[in-house]
Amino acid sequence: MNARLFRVPPGTGASLALLVAFLAAWEWGPGLLNVPTYIVPPLSQVAKESVRMWQVNHLLMHTGITAAEVLAGFVLGSLLGAFIGYLLGMSPATEVALSPYILALQIAPKVAFAPLFILWMGFSVYPKILVAVLIVFFPVLVNVLTAIRTVDPDLINLARSFKATRTQVFWKIEFPASIPALFAGLRIGSTLAVVGVVVGEFVGGNLGLGFLLTFGEGQADTPMVFVSIVLLTVIGSLAYLAVVMTEQRVLHYLPARDHRL
Amino acid sequence: MAPATRLEYRNVTMRFADAAGRVLTAVAGVSLALADREVVSLIGPSGCGKSTLLNIGAGLYSPSEGAAFVDGEKVEGPNAQVAVMLQKDLLLPWRTVAENVMLGAEIQGQARTQRQRRAHELLEGFELAEFAGRYPHELSGGMRQRVALARTLAVDPNVLLLDEPFSAVDAQTRMVLQRDLARTLERAGKTALLITHDLLEAVTLSDRVLVMSRRPGRIIDEMSIDLPRRDDPLARRREPKVNDYVARLMDRLHIGDSALEAQAAGGNA
Repeated sequence: MNARLFRVPPGTGASLALLVAFLAAWEWGPGLLNVPTYIVPPLSQVAKESVRMWQVNHLLMHTGITAAEVLAGFVLGSLLGAFIGYLLGMSPATEVALSPYILALQIAPKVAFAPLFILWMGFSVYPKILVAVLIVFFPVLVNVLTAIRTVDPDLINLARSFKATRTQVFWKIEFPASIPALFAGLRIGSTLAVVGVVVGEFVGGNLGLGFLLTFGEGQADTPMVFVSIVLLTVIGSLAYLAVVMTEQRVLHYLPARDHRL
Repeated sequence: MAPATRLEYRNVTMRFADAAGRVLTAVAGVSLALADREVVSLIGPSGCGKSTLLNIGAGLYSPSEGAAFVDGEKVEGPNAQVAVMLQKDLLLPWRTVAENVMLGAEIQGQARTQRQRRAHELLEGFELAEFAGRYPHELSGGMRQRVALARTLAVDPNVLLLDEPFSAVDAQTRMVLQRDLARTLERAGKTALLITHDLLEAVTLSDRVLVMSRRPGRIIDEMSIDLPRRDDPLARRREPKVNDYVARLMDRLHIGDSALEAQAAGGNA
């Protein structure tokens, strides 16, 4: 049963064709439509610029710093969100006490905190990580909390009827039941972490892809902006992919799912 | 020496507050006793408080008045002598079949090797040994329900409380599951209280059938089933006397009385 045969899903060909069409449109579209290269630089110019940035602007170092900040912000934000999510899930009284403040924190535009964090912590990596932590925190918390709240009460009664303690109910029923929702939160968090870090880099400091992006803007170097955007997308994609692959390993017991996003 | 009475309800009354704050009496002054190894079915209209009684026996609810007793001891909370099985199999999707069977034994702190051996024996008995390493989603509804029964038996309870255990499976699978349950109860010498809507199931599986009234639930009739082979409900089904018992239960429940049919169609409570 369930032999895992490798097969190419239908639509793969179309997906590849779309990629080729997109790259071709990028390369030749601006020329055909008489769009100046300082507005939309063609693909080849962006590729050339990335080589130049690699040699002159320490592109690899900036990319590495941004990636490290994304990773740190994502991991810390997820741990914090999951921890508080489980805490509130276990204790409705704590939820009543804390939820207005957590909600206020979520409603406050966290990117607006970035200048404040720079004032507090200087032009280091920490304000960037902190913005990412705040952004990642909430979706993870909400997913975990909802999952704990919606565990089938009959499952909990089943465990209780076997004389399970509160701790046993948590570790044997509630925690494992929340894992799919936790991963749904982590997927969202992995893409949001990039946003938080880039905003932090915009605001202050001279490191990271967000800095290169604003630097390119100041120089009217459109290809440099494009290179930064592409690499930020790559970092976000890798983070997302890492979450999805971990999820597939951890949730191996669920029937295979078909969605790809 | 085994005590004569395994499970007893003494004058149990249960009141709830509904969403509007009104007090509802779910069961009123119910007294009943199950002898050792006896299998008793409880039937009655939807919402008559059958499941409430079962939850009281399992120690999940405290009655407003009266008390439940297991082996003569007052039930104050969940009790290792009593195990529950519901209509929903409640298998944990992240555990294999064998791990699901071991859940209760694991919670109660049984040694790993001991509970593994017990799970293996039970799965073997239900012809599920080859599925021990599978996950619940890979099993059919009938197989899942058998795993749930194995999980209930794995803690070796004296008393089984069964709340419509087979109402979610198709009719043919249900007959096979009923036979498996009846055999198991007979062989292991368990005492069981079975809640069911299926009159034929009540008659073919039990030593005795109790009929409850509409809310507030009271016991309004008691019927001893004088049929051979309690361990084989398929054989019992062929007994002509079964029809008389079912007919009497239909009368007591006013099945076919149009004013009550709408209520009978309501959800289970």
